[in-house]
Amino acid sequence: MAISSSPDSLPSAEEVLEPSPGAILRKRMLGDWGVMIGGGFMLLLLFVAVAAPLLTWHDPLEQDLLNRYVKPVWHESGTWDHPFGTDKFGRDYYSRIIYGARVSLMIGFAVMLISGVIGTVMGIAAGYFGGRVDMFVTFLINTRLAMPVVLIALAVIALIGSSLEVVILVLGFLLWERFALVMRSSTQQVRSLDYVAAAEAAGCTTFRILTTEIMPNVMNNLIVVATLEVAHAILLEAALSFLGLGVQPPEPSWGLMIAEGKGDMLFKPWVIAIPGVALFLMLLAINLLGDGIRDVTAPESRN
Amino acid sequence: MLLFTLKRLGYAVLVAITVSIVTFTLLRLSGDPAAAMAGEGASEEDIEFVRKSYGFDKPLPEQYWNWATNALQGDLGISVYLKEKPVAEIIVERAPVTMKLGFFALSFALLLSIPLGVLAAMKPNTLIDRVALTIAVFGQAMPSFFFGLTLIFIFAVTYRIFPSSGSSTWVHFVLPSIALGYYATPQIMRLTRAGMIEVLSSDYIRTARAKGLRTYIVLFKHALRNAIIPVVSLSAAQLGFMLGGSVVIESIFTLNGLGRLAWQSIQRSDFEVMQAIVLTIACFYIIFNLLADLLNAYLDPRIRVH
Repeated sequence: MAISSSPDSLPSAEEVLEPSPGAILRKRMLGDWGVMIGGGFMLLLLFVAVAAPLLTWHDPLEQDLLNRYVKPVWHESGTWDHPFGTDKFGRDYYSRIIYGARVSLMIGFAVMLISGVIGTVMGIAAGYFGGRVDMFVTFLINTRLAMPVVLIALAVIALIGSSLEVVILVLGFLLWERFALVMRSSTQQVRSLDYVAAAEAAGCTTFRILTTEIMPNVMNNLIVVATLEVAHAILLEAALSFLGLGVQPPEPSWGLMIAEGKGDMLFKPWVIAIPGVALFLMLLAINLLGDGIRDVTAPESRN
Repeated sequence: MLLFTLKRLGYAVLVAITVSIVTFTLLRLSGDPAAAMAGEGASEEDIEFVRKSYGFDKPLPEQYWNWATNALQGDLGISVYLKEKPVAEIIVERAPVTMKLGFFALSFALLLSIPLGVLAAMKPNTLIDRVALTIAVFGQAMPSFFFGLTLIFIFAVTYRIFPSSGSSTWVHFVLPSIALGYYATPQIMRLTRAGMIEVLSSDYIRTARAKGLRTYIVLFKHALRNAIIPVVSLSAAQLGFMLGGSVVIESIFTLNGLGRLAWQSIQRSDFEVMQAIVLTIACFYIIFNLLADLLNAYLDPRIRVH
C-alpha cells in the first residue's frame, strides 16, 4: 500500500544504481571538446559528402570557358552563383570542393578498412601467440617501416596505371603497420589478464577467446588507430594526387586541385588556398576526434 | 655490447634483404617494365629487344639474383633516360642534397619540439602546455605540400626573404627544411613531454632537487638525458621517413635530390633508377635505426640485456 500510494518518493533506477561503464563513457565523450568539435565536424563532412548532389547547383566536371577564374564571393566581383569562384576551365570550385570531400572520405575509409583488417589480424596474432609468430610479425612490421611508402606507392601506381581502385588497394596494402603495432601491444596487455586465463581454463577455443575476450578489450584502441589512419590515408591520397599519380583529372580531388592551381598561385592564391584549407580542416577534425577518443577511453595514455 | 651490436647488425641486414626482395618483386609484378621503358607507341620488336637486353624475360628469382649480386658490387644498372649513365653514379651525385635536406629538417624539428616538450612537461596542464599541444594538433593536420606552397607564397613571393627553388647555399634549404621537418615535431614533442613528465616524478630527480641543485641543471643534466632516450629512436625513424617524403618537398622546391629524381624517373619510366632510389632510401632508414639502437644501448645499459 505504501508502495502504491507514493511511487514518486522512490528513487529511480538511475539514482540507485551506479552508472554503467557505457554511461560514464558517453558522459565523458560529451564532455571532451576534441570529440565534440572533431566529431561534429566529421558528421558535417560525412553529410556533405553523402548529400553532395543536393548541396551543389553546378556539375563539378562541367567546363565553362567563358567564366574562367571567377573570384570567390568574398572578393568584390564574386557572386553567390560561384561561392568559391571557378578554376582555369571555368568549373565551379564550390562543387569541386564538395565532391572532393566525397573522394577523400571514400578513399580514407576504404584504405582504413583494408589496412585495418590486415594490421589487426597480424597484431592480434603476434600479441596473443607470442614467440615465433610475434618475431615474424615484428620482422614484417620492421620491413614495412623501412620501405618508403610514398615512393613505392608512386612507382607501383605509375606502373599499373592510376585509378581510384588502384590508389585504394596500394595504400591499403601499405598502411597496415600502425594497426599491427598498436593491436600487438594492446593484445599483449589483455592477454596476461585473469579472465583470459579463466577462458583458457574453461576450455574455450582460441577463436572464441580471440573474438569474445581479446577483441572487445582492444576495441577502444582499434577505434583510435582506425580514426587516425583515415586521416593518414587521406593525407597520402592528397599527396599522390598532388604529384599526379593519385586521383586522375577531371575527377575532383583536393590534392589534384592544389596541383592544378599551383601555376596560378601567385596571382590567384585562392585556387590553392581553398582546397588546401579544406584538406587541413578535414584532417584536423579527424585528428581531434581520434585524439579525443583516446583521451576519453584511456586517459592514462594521454601522454 | 659486441654481441648486441652483432645481433642488431644481422637483423638490419636481414631486413634490408627482405625489403629489396619485396620492392623488387612489387615493381616487377606491377606492370611490364620493358613496355614502360620502351615508351608509348613502341613496336613489339622494340619491347622484346628491351626485355631481352635488360633480362626481363628471365624468371623472377634469377632476375633478382643478378640484380642483387651486381648491386652489392656497386653496379645498380644504367639509366635509360640519362644517356646510359650508371645509376650508382647518379645516386651518389644526388644523395647529398637529400641528406642535407633531411638533416636540416630533423634539426628544425628537434630544435622546435624538444624545448616545447620540456616546457610543457615542466608545467603540465597550463597555458604553455596547451599551446604546445595545439601546435602539435595543427601540425599533424597540415599537408606538407600545401604547407610548402604556403611558405613559398609568404616568404619567397610576398616578402622575398628566402629563395623558392635551388640548392646552392644553405639559405635555399630553409623553407624546404621547415616544410619537411614540421611534420615530425608533434610526435617528438609529445614523446619528449611524456618522457620528461615521467622522469621528473622519479626519485633521483627529487634527490637532485633536495641536494639544492639549480633547476636547469636538474632539468638538462639529470632529467633530459634520460627522457631523451626514446626520442633518439623516434628521430632516426623520422629522418628515414623524411628522406622518403622528400619526393614531395623536392618537387615543390625544385631541389635536385633523390626525391625529385625519383619523381622524374617515375614519369619517364626510368625503371632502374626508380628501383635504386627506393632501395637507397630504405637502406638509409635501416642504417639510421641501427645507429639509433646502438646509441640507445650505449646511453641506457639496460637495453643491451634484451
